[in-house]
Amino acid sequence: MAINWFKYSAPSTFYGLAGKLVPFFAIPAAVLFAIGMYIGFFVAPVDAVQGEAYRIIFIHVPASILSMFLYLIMAGYAALGLIFNTRLSSMMATALAPTGALFAFISLWTGALWGKPMWGAWWVWDARLTSELILLFLYFGFIALHASIDDPRRADRAAALLAIVGSVNVPIIYFSVKWWNTLHQGSTIKFTGTSMHIAMQQAMFVTLLACWMYAVAVALVRVRSIILDRERTTQWVSELKEIA
Amino acid sequence: MKPRQKRLMYILVGVAGLAIAVGLVLFALKNNVSLYFTPTQVMNKEAPQGRSFRIGGLVEVGSVQRQADGLTVHFNITDMVKTMPVVYKGILPDLFKEGKGVVAQGKMEADGLMHAEEVLAKHDENYMPPEAADAIKRAQEASAATEAVDAIKPAAKTK
Repeated sequence: MAINWFKYSAPSTFYGLAGKLVPFFAIPAAVLFAIGMYIGFFVAPVDAVQGEAYRIIFIHVPASILSMFLYLIMAGYAALGLIFNTRLSSMMATALAPTGALFAFISLWTGALWGKPMWGAWWVWDARLTSELILLFLYFGFIALHASIDDPRRADRAAALLAIVGSVNVPIIYFSVKWWNTLHQGSTIKFTGTSMHIAMQQAMFVTLLACWMYAVAVALVRVRSIILDRERTTQWVSELKEIA
Repeated sequence: MKPRQKRLMYILVGVAGLAIAVGLVLFALKNNVSLYFTPTQVMNKEAPQGRSFRIGGLVEVGSVQRQADGLTVHFNITDMVKTMPVVYKGILPDLFKEGKGVVAQGKMEADGLMHAEEVLAKHDENYMPPEAADAIKRAQEASAATEAVDAIKPAAKTK
């Protein structure tokens, strides 16, 4: 029997699947976050230079990584929607945007809180900080543009274009500390290895995983609402148990 | 070509073109995007003359001198090639230390000193417990040659 790969690309079938998947991401997210915080606060040693204050890294770095990755995934979905005219892809892009914006905001906020005691400034206009701020504005722009157009399919296309154009910013954020003189330090996690104590690494990777799980769970919940909203006039929605 | 292949082509070509354009703009604005100038650049007169700019490097070991008023500090910023004398009146960040990264904003005055209005500490991307840091320090002191190499490393990385 041939597997129908495109079965779940229809909003009506994906709606149920997404609902079933949510707990498989939400529960690990909560558990992993608790474990990550425990390792981060109680197992990881104090830093030689920065003392206890460095521990904000366990939320700052995962949030920053996710803000960049989610943007690429959002732009990817938006592009799929634009190229193949698949409604669900565009809905996924819309569902991811608020979570990405949230992580970009957390990244900037925790960065400011970290910068004041360590660098001596809440904010500097260096390339890393500025490009991350632009990323937050790109998320806002995507959400605002999508919301400002009444016809959802037209909104999808316009916002997709913005998302695709904005994706040029992501490699700029990542490489900014390499290409230019910045106050922000270089990457701790590199492709060649990590310049960090092992317990610190574990705490960071566990919270990173927790953030991933959270992002997926929240996106699935949000896409279900978007599907219901957009398909509200259809037969299958009116037949749903939770609607009737 | 099917319409969807056409759309894919448009997007790929568009993004590639845009990436090249942005790349060229950023390359042209290299000096404006960078947060600070190195002492070598300042000595080569690449930094703006007569107005405020930022200079970054390491605080030269043994160069920090505090004045009697307890607020004014003299120190040198070095990139291991050239050295810039700086004077700053104010509270320094906790991480300000000899041999560590620093970024100072200020103006070159006629006395040949950089009069800084703001001094920021720059830390590196290495995180380790104090015992590990001590072990590294002892190993460095054991060999003067490795110390010289390690002192240059952070400066090379920030480039």
